[in-house]
Amino acid sequence: MIVHVDPDRCCGAGQCVLAAPEVFDQRDEDGTVVLLDARPPAALVREVADAVAACPGGAIRLEEGAPR
Amino acid sequence: MATATTTHPAPRGTCPFAPPPAYQQAAQDAPVSKVALWDGTPCWLVTRHQDARDLLADPRFSADAARPGFPFLSAAARHIGAGKTSFIRMDDPEHGRLRRMLTGDFTIRKTAALRPAVQQVADELFERMTAGRTEADLVAEFALPLPSLVICLLLGVPYEDHAFFQRCSRTLLSRDSPIEEVAAAQQELTEYLDALTDHKRTHPDDGILSRLAARGELPTEEIGAMGRLLLIAGHETTANMTALSVLALLRHPDQLARLRADPGGTPAAVEELLRWLSIVQSGVTRVAIEDAEIGGVLIRAGEGVICQVNTANRDERRYPDGDALDLARDTRRHLAFGFGVHQCLGQPLARLELEIALDTLLRRLPGLRLAVPFEEIRFRHEMTVYGVETLPVAW
Ligand code: SF4
Repeated sequence: MIVHVDPDRCCGAGQCVLAAPEVFDQRDEDGTVVLLDARPPAALVREVADAVAACPGGAIRLEEGAPR
Repeated sequence: MATATTTHPAPRGTCPFAPPPAYQQAAQDAPVSKVALWDGTPCWLVTRHQDARDLLADPRFSADAARPGFPFLSAAARHIGAGKTSFIRMDDPEHGRLRRMLTGDFTIRKTAALRPAVQQVADELFERMTAGRTEADLVAEFALPLPSLVICLLLGVPYEDHAFFQRCSRTLLSRDSPIEEVAAAQQELTEYLDALTDHKRTHPDDGILSRLAARGELPTEEIGAMGRLLLIAGHETTANMTALSVLALLRHPDQLARLRADPGGTPAAVEELLRWLSIVQSGVTRVAIEDAEIGGVLIRAGEGVICQVNTANRDERRYPDGDALDLARDTRRHLAFGFGVHQCLGQPLARLELEIALDTLLRRLPGLRLAVPFEEIRFRHEMTVYGVETLPVAW
């Protein structure tokens, strides 16, 4: 799994941080998404999928890829 | 659009916590159907969870109240929509540009750092409410002042003025307000915030208004509109959620007992209460700017839409036995804060305040109960945000 984020689509509501704090963070200045780990371990697949579904801006995209 | 058979808002049924039965029926039979607004204008009503989510994330539906066909849910709302509005009534990119000036103040991390300050406010209110007494109105003495004090602190607005802006926001959010009163309240609040913003330009503090002024990019009226939004949204919503949550739990003793037995269970309880109560009873309004299909129904450019969040949040397809308050359920993807790029900016703060409010009240007052018969509680049917007028409790 490879995670992509698009800060232009991010509305800074922090849903991703709540769902997967190991993978996402927010910039202090404007709350937009910061990707902490673009290739999260397989153990976090569910959390990341939750973040994708919860993201109100459609700012997170997953790409198939071998887990770390 | 053909004529509609149901009106908006429809009356609630026997359960004061449940959405109007007409809308729950619509969610079964015709999930995207037509309703007639207060002035007879037809409008689409979206009642199911997936449809509401699709619509709120779809840029073909605009939040811009200046667009032709935008649905106004009352004469008061139409008056407000015609004036200077903040970014909740704009589309991207302008919406995003303005919203991002505030999102940094409401990140998960910044909000978590507010916990001690919010707890202190809650403790002080709690002490004052309970000292030497066994009864109080929970709305006036706790549920309303808590978020009101906190948002004043964050914005840099003097709390001494709270009676004034509580009165203004009440007028602005009531469907029944005469238009002259709405206009007067709108103007008073605008003048107040514009003057305060100008004052902050020369007397800065570390509140949000000062920081927006210090950026030097925004005219005073823009900052004033943001201040108005935060001030109203910041105290009305959490105040009503707090009081209604306490009432809901008192009416569901099994759920209350479960929460009291589980010290870490409050965040999950807050999510279920958000879903089950869905206090933005008016729904969320949009206008189609292109023809678009929602739930298999074609909505044409220029037609208005209401997302009925309270029925969507009880949709059986997403939440089995959705009418039941169940603190143990999977509440993910509830729409109590909306969805799409306009999703509530202050939700981390709302969650923090609700968690602290419920923990403070329920864990420190094991004998908390209603001080009047349930039938005497008056619900806020005429308000954009549902809740109770007063909540007399004893302990
Ligand atoms: S959930 Fe989406 S919109 Fe919200 S902060 Fe994360 S990436 Fe941004």
